[in-house]
Amino acid sequence: MPQGEYLGMTLTVLDLDNENLAYFQHCADHDFHLQQCADEDCGLVRYPPGTACPWCSGREFNWVPVDARGTVHSYGEVHHAIQPAFRARAPYMILLVELDTQSGVPTEHEALRVAGNLVDADGNFATPELVRQVGIGSRMRMVFADVAEGLALPHWTLDEEAEQPESPWRYPQEVNGV
Amino acid sequence: MTTDIDATAGKYLRDKYAIIGVGETTYTRGSGMTTRALGTWAIKNAMDDAGIPASEIDGMMSYSGNDSTASPMLAGDLGIRLNFYMDVQGGGSSSEALIGLAIGAIEAGMCETVVVFRSMNGYSQVRIGGTGARASVPVGGDALHSAAYGWFSAGQNFSPTFMRHMYDYGTTPEQVAMVKVIHSEHASNNPKAYYKQRVTVEDVVNSRMICKPLHLLDCCVETDNATALIVTSVDRAYDYQQLPARILGVAGRVCKPRIDMHFQHGPISTVAGHYIKDLIYRNAGVGPEDIQCTGAYDAFTFTSMLQLEDYGFCKKGEGGDYVSSGIMRLGGERPNNTSGGHLCEGYTHGMNMIIENVRQLRGEVDCYCPLDDQGKRIHSYNYAEPAAGGGCRQVPDLEITQNLGWAMPGTGSSLIMRKG
Repeated sequence: MPQGEYLGMTLTVLDLDNENLAYFQHCADHDFHLQQCADEDCGLVRYPPGTACPWCSGREFNWVPVDARGTVHSYGEVHHAIQPAFRARAPYMILLVELDTQSGVPTEHEALRVAGNLVDADGNFATPELVRQVGIGSRMRMVFADVAEGLALPHWTLDEEAEQPESPWRYPQEVNGV
Repeated sequence: MTTDIDATAGKYLRDKYAIIGVGETTYTRGSGMTTRALGTWAIKNAMDDAGIPASEIDGMMSYSGNDSTASPMLAGDLGIRLNFYMDVQGGGSSSEALIGLAIGAIEAGMCETVVVFRSMNGYSQVRIGGTGARASVPVGGDALHSAAYGWFSAGQNFSPTFMRHMYDYGTTPEQVAMVKVIHSEHASNNPKAYYKQRVTVEDVVNSRMICKPLHLLDCCVETDNATALIVTSVDRAYDYQQLPARILGVAGRVCKPRIDMHFQHGPISTVAGHYIKDLIYRNAGVGPEDIQCTGAYDAFTFTSMLQLEDYGFCKKGEGGDYVSSGIMRLGGERPNNTSGGHLCEGYTHGMNMIIENVRQLRGEVDCYCPLDDQGKRIHSYNYAEPAAGGGCRQVPDLEITQNLGWAMPGTGSSLIMRKG
């Protein structure tokens, strides 16, 4: 059973949770994979891990590598943390990053929107200076935080190779410099 | 629109059921009693309100997140023999759904009159925001995709939807703050409200930032309280002492196509009300233009706005204009949450907004207006603060109200009632 301490929290994946076991094993390998529906008429990729296809109800699937790059679709910026683990990290960003893969498929407003915190290129929680640079429209790439054998969490950092918007959209009010 | 209601329509049970009694406890932070004692208190108040004896109640329903006491205990305490009870898991938007299920239970012949209650020490025991001991529990399974990111409380969970609405439509913090401003005005005329102080837009946007885009005053007030209401058929409803609030339509926990909290199915600035409106208005036989008073769930300022917009009270994207225009102020075209709602009166998971609309439809809302010698309130319709000679919060000539219940961006419920 993958289990480890992360920011002072105990994170666990149960042995019978086959979908999450495989998802987080791929993350631990630093090789992002998602489930692709095995139905040949469907073949859609889904997130977060699930037990059937949200589009065709098919139960069969394959794990496929997915390019873990995308654009910030929306975010929350936590100034008053609730979980003790996050108090020292506030203000921290919860990012919802829309992957380039399968964006707008199968309908216009559907997409793979993958959650994660804003971190620097080394996986450390973002400083206020970095938080200020990120908003809706920012181009991101995935980095992984290792937790235990078979368990790492995907996070997001600014994609150094991508063209960034001149000023990504941010909430209009600054508080404590962020 | 009420004139063409077909009360014999079997399909939707439109206008065949009513709420005959409502009750609640005092809103506190530190009730000093169990949820069993709180629930008993609220149900007894609802029974006294209706003038119904225990012998004429035979159904009971409740919802909770394992932070309540189940129906059999409360029924036993109150001497109510049950032909039906059901205690379900649920938070916001359960109230309207359970009223619909109560109608179904009665229609199926399982029972005749149902109490629906919610009892919660939402401040002193189990805080909805997840603060306290619950904030430190191990994280496993599906929560690894949310709680492990510090994406945990309701405000944190909903923040991407709120933020994206600002991006998509140019909604401003000052517009949204007006929800709190207006609800605080209403609460100032509500003797029961936990927060009675009127606040300004500046107070809201200068209050402590919790989770952008939510300041402290964009968030509701956690309280200890129980709430109860009694549902029965219109055949029986007029046997009791209050004017019934007749139920035109109900929608329960209607969902967007993907209700996961990761917003795979956009637009993420659209909420479940977009889907509810097609169900509830058809069933109720009215439209948003007929609704004179709303109870749009205000767990946060944003939740009221998003719902009012997606139900069609304004055009999509114009929710910021709607909530800041004064339409939903007492004295405006369509007041919202005349009790002060969750932002000011107290947090009840939606029950208090239904209770308020029932009282509004009776014309008997409890405000600071004096009572006549029959015990009827003489409403002044002066909505200024009590100290300024006002203190009223009764909506005049009220015929139809709607509650817009919120669970999360992807799930909601609704209830439309008319004056009996």
